[in-house]
Amino acid sequence: MIEKLKIIVCIKQVPGIMEIKINPETNTLIREGIENIINPFDTYAIEEGVSLKEKLTASEGGSLDVEVIALSMGPPHSEAILREAISLGIDNAILLSDRAFAGSDTWATSYTLSKAIKKIEGWKIIILGKQTLDGDTGQVGPELAQILNIPFIGYASKITEISSNKMIIKRLMEDRYETFEIRLPAAISVGKDINIPRVPSLRGKMKSKSIVIPVWGIDQIDMDEKECGLNGSYTQVIKIFSPEHKYEVKMVHGTPDEQVNEIYSKLKELSII
Amino acid sequence: MEIKVDVQKCTGCNICKSVCMYDAIEIVDRKALINENCIFCSACIESCKYDAIEISGMETVLKDFSDYKGVCVYLETYDNKIIDVGFELLSTAEMLADKLNVSLSAVLVCSDEPGNLNEIFNFRLNKLYLVKSHVFENNLDDVFAKALVQVINRYKPEIFLAGATMFGRTLIPKVAAIIKTGLTADCTALSVDDDKKILLQTRPTFGGNILATIVTKNSRPQMATVRPHVMEIKTGKIKIDEKNGSESNPSVNQKDRIEYVQFDQSKFKTKYKLINIEKETEEKINLNDYDVIVSGGRGLGGSEKFAMLKELAGLLGGVVGASRAAVDANWISYPHQVGQTGKTVNPKVYIAVGISGAIQHLAGMQTSDIVIAINKDPSAPIFKVANYGIVGDMFDIVPKLISRIKSSK
Amino acid sequence: MRYLLTDEQKMIIEICKKIVDERIIPVRAEYDEKMIFPADIIKEIGRSDLFRLFIPEKYGGMGTGIFEVCLATEELSRGDLSVATTYAASGLGFIPIILMGSEEQKEKYLPVLASGEKLAAFGLTESDAGSDVGAIRTTAVKDGDFYILNGTKQWITNGGEADIYTIFAKTAPDKGARGVSAFIVEKGTDGFEFGKKEDKLGIRASATRELVFNDCKIPKENMISREGSGFITVMKTFDESRPAVGAQAVGVAQAALEEALNYSKIRSQFGAPISSFQAIQHMLADMATSVEAARSLVYYTAQVIDSGAKDVSRLSAMSKLFASDMAMKVTIDAVQILGGYGFMKDYPVEKMMRDAKITQIYEGTNQIQRNIIALDLIKKGFI
Repeated sequence: MIEKLKIIVCIKQVPGIMEIKINPETNTLIREGIENIINPFDTYAIEEGVSLKEKLTASEGGSLDVEVIALSMGPPHSEAILREAISLGIDNAILLSDRAFAGSDTWATSYTLSKAIKKIEGWKIIILGKQTLDGDTGQVGPELAQILNIPFIGYASKITEISSNKMIIKRLMEDRYETFEIRLPAAISVGKDINIPRVPSLRGKMKSKSIVIPVWGIDQIDMDEKECGLNGSYTQVIKIFSPEHKYEVKMVHGTPDEQVNEIYSKLKELSII
Repeated sequence: MEIKVDVQKCTGCNICKSVCMYDAIEIVDRKALINENCIFCSACIESCKYDAIEISGMETVLKDFSDYKGVCVYLETYDNKIIDVGFELLSTAEMLADKLNVSLSAVLVCSDEPGNLNEIFNFRLNKLYLVKSHVFENNLDDVFAKALVQVINRYKPEIFLAGATMFGRTLIPKVAAIIKTGLTADCTALSVDDDKKILLQTRPTFGGNILATIVTKNSRPQMATVRPHVMEIKTGKIKIDEKNGSESNPSVNQKDRIEYVQFDQSKFKTKYKLINIEKETEEKINLNDYDVIVSGGRGLGGSEKFAMLKELAGLLGGVVGASRAAVDANWISYPHQVGQTGKTVNPKVYIAVGISGAIQHLAGMQTSDIVIAINKDPSAPIFKVANYGIVGDMFDIVPKLISRIKSSK
Repeated sequence: MRYLLTDEQKMIIEICKKIVDERIIPVRAEYDEKMIFPADIIKEIGRSDLFRLFIPEKYGGMGTGIFEVCLATEELSRGDLSVATTYAASGLGFIPIILMGSEEQKEKYLPVLASGEKLAAFGLTESDAGSDVGAIRTTAVKDGDFYILNGTKQWITNGGEADIYTIFAKTAPDKGARGVSAFIVEKGTDGFEFGKKEDKLGIRASATRELVFNDCKIPKENMISREGSGFITVMKTFDESRPAVGAQAVGVAQAALEEALNYSKIRSQFGAPISSFQAIQHMLADMATSVEAARSLVYYTAQVIDSGAKDVSRLSAMSKLFASDMAMKVTIDAVQILGGYGFMKDYPVEKMMRDAKITQIYEGTNQIQRNIIALDLIKKGFI
C-alpha cells in the first residue's frame, strides 16, 4: 500500500532590489534594469523540500510516494520562478494567477493560498521562506498555518527527524535553540541557516523547459471576488513615500590626513574617544 | 475593483512609471497604461500631479466599530522579565491613547509574574490584563494566541500593539488570523488620523527605501507590530490627575489596575511538544550592547581585512559589524550581520567601511545617531544616510585614523 | 562567444557557471593553500548531472559527447583547475570502460560514476614510465580465476578519493607495450593501498597519490578487454580525453585574461588606466586572440570526435598541445599585467599560472604530442 505524501513549497517572485541604486541627483530609485527574481529565502525552502523528499524516500521509499510541489501566487510572469524550482528538483508546479488576486495583503494572500492547498490531495508539509524581500513581514506562514489549523514552526534551522507522520525541528530564536516535535500535517518557514541550496541539474533544467505548469484562477479554487485581492484584504496602503533623510550629509573633503583629522575631532566631540 | 488612468488628465509625463516598483506602468502613445503586474500599492496615485489615476470598485460599506475602544499592548516576557520592546511599545501606546482620548491597557501572558512588573506603572496604564497559568511556561504560539484572542474578544481594544520579536512574528499573525483582522508588521511610525480616528501604520518596504502608510479599514482591532530598538522608551510619566490637581497615588492604583483573566484551561492544549531548549553557545555578540559599531562590507575584500576594523572598534569601545555581502562571503560570522536579514541597530556612532549601502543594509542601521561612511564610490547609497561621508580609500583612511587615535593616547 | 550552442549546451554552461561563482571562487584560494580536496564541490557537480555528460544514456548518462564534456570542463576551469582536473580525471578513469569494457562491466560501474556517487582514476604512470608506456613495471599475473597485481603507480590524480581505478599492468613483461593489459580495481581491495598526498606546484586541491599494489588479488572479470590490449586502450582513451585537457587550458587562460583585463581598466598609473597603454593593449589583444584560437581548435576537435571519425589522433594531440602552450603563455602574461599585485597570493592570477603548467605535462607531455603529430603527418600527410 503506497501512501502518497505531498510537500508544498510556497514561493514568490520579487523585484531584485539588492541591486537598487539611488540616482544621486534626484534622490529617487533607479528601477530600470531590476530583474524579477525568486525570493532569496524561497530557494532555501525549495532545497529543504527536495531534501526532505530524498530523506523520506531513503527511509520509507518502499511504502511512501513523495511529491514536492511548488506553488506561487502572482502575476503570469511568476511562472519563471516555478520553472526555476523545477530545475532545482521540484516535481511539479502550480501558478495561482488571476487579476482578482492583485492587491492582496498578507491575510488575503494566506487565504488564497489556503484555498489552493485544499485542492491538493495528500499534502502533509508546507514550507515557506521566512520572509520576502519586498514585503518582509513573515506573516503569510503563520497566517496560512492558522487558517489550515496546523502547527507552524518559523525560523526552522534544522529538521532533525522526519517521518510520514511527524517532524522534529530545531529553530533558532534570538539567543537559544528550541527543539520541537510536531505531528503532520504542519508548516515551517526557513532561513539561510537550514541548508545550502543546490545548483540546478541538467535534467532538471531540461524538465523545467518542457513541463506544463497549470494556472489556477479564482474559479479553480472556488473563491469569490469579495474574498481575494484588495477587496479581501483587511489592510490597505494609503500612501507611499520616500523617507526623508534626517540628516544633511556632510562630505568630508581634503587629503586623507585632513579627512582623518576631521573624523577624529568629531569622535572626540561625541566623547567616543 | 480596478485601477484606471484618466486619459484626459494624463500627460504621459512618466513620473508614475518611474515610481512603480512592480513594472506595472507603460507609457504608450504618451498615455500611461497600467498592466496586470499592478498590486494596488497606490504609489502612482500618490505621485501623479494631475490626479489622473484612480482605484475604483472598492467596497466602501464600513462596519460599526464603536464598541472597540482603547489601546492595548502585548508585553512579551522572557526569562521572567518583561522585555524592552514592551516598554518601547508602552511609550508609543501612551501617546496614541492620549491623542484618541481613550484608555491604555496591557496584557501579560505568563506562568509567573515577571520581576519587573512594577515598571509598567511608570506609564499611565489604566489596566493590566494578566493571564497566568503553568500552560504558558514556554513560548508556544498556539496557547498564547488563544489567550490573546480571549483578551481581545473580551475587552475589545481598537488598537493592539506587540513587539516583532521572533516569537511575536509567529504569534501575532496567528492572533490576527483567528480574529480575522488586519495586521501591519515592523512599523517604524504609528500615529492617529485626527478626522477618522484610525491608526496610521507606517512601515518600510523594499528594504526601507520606500515607506508605506497602511490602515486597517474594515476590521478591529487594528493590529501592528514594532521591531525592538526601533521606537524609543520615553521614560513614562505618571499622569497628573488634572481634575484633582495632584499626582495619583501609584501604589494604591497598581493593585486596582491588575485584572487576572480567568479562562477554561482545559481548552488550552498545545500541538507543540517542546523537547529541548539550548542556549546558543556560539560567540554571543550582541551588537545592540555597544555604542559604537565599525562595520565592514564588500569593499574590504577578505576576512583578513576585518582585522583593522576590529582594531578601530576596540579603540573606540565598540564592536565589529558587517554587511550581508561580507557575511555571505564568509569573511565574518552571521552574528555580526547588520541589515534586514541580520540585526537592526541604532548605536551612537555607526562607521560604515566599504559598504555600498544596499537597501537591506540601510534598513538595519539608518536610525543610528551618527553615521560615518567611508567608500571610494561617491554615488554609493550609504552616503544618503550618513552624517559624515568620506570618499576615499578605506585601506588608507582607517589605518591613519587608528594611528591618530593611538598617538593621542 | 557562445553563439552556436544548443539550449542544452547553454544549460550546461549555466550550471557550471553557477557552481564556479557560488561554490568554487569563494574557496579556491584556501583549498589551494591547504591542499583541501573539493569533495563538496564534486558532490554538487555530480548532483547536477555533469558526470552524465561522458556516459551513454543506457548506463545513466545524457548521451552527449566530448563536445559537451569540453564545455563543462572549460567553464569549471575558469573557476579552478583543481576542480576541473578532478572532474576530467574521473572521466579519464572510466573512458576505458566505455570504449573497451564488457557489457557487464559497463552495467556494473557506469551508473554509479554517472551519478557522481563514485569517482574514477586512471592508473598508468610510474616512476620509470611516464612518456614511455611500455616501460611500466607493475605486473598482473594470472592465478586461476584471478590476477595478482604487484607494483606502484605514481602521481595518480584522484588517488585515494576515487573508488574505481583503471590500472595498467604487464601481463606479458617481455612484450613491451604489447604486453600491457587494463584492469578495474576497486578501492578497499586487499593489497591495494595509497601513498601520501603529493605536495605540488599547482592544482594543489586536486588529490595526487601513489597507488601501491602488494599481491593485490582481483577477479579475472575485472580485466578490460583482452590481455595485451592495454596500450591500445590508453591511446584510444587519450584520443578522446585530450580535447578535454585543451578545454582545461582554455578555461584557465580565459580566467586569467579576464582578471588581467579588469585589472588593466581599474589600475591607473601616470594619470591613466593602464589599459590605455599600447603595450598592455597589444598584450591583451594577443592573449585574447590565442585563447579564441585554442578554443576553436578544441571544439572543432571535439566535434570531429563526436561525429565518429576514426582517425583523430593528430587533431586531438594538436588541440591539447596548442591550448596548453597557449595557456602557459597567457597566464604568465596575466601575472605580468598585474605586475606586483600579480605576484601576490591575494590575487588569483599567480595560482592560475602555477595551475596552467600541468596542462603541458600530463596526459602526454607536449613533447610526446609533437611526436604524435609529426609521425602522423609523415605517415599520412593530408587527405
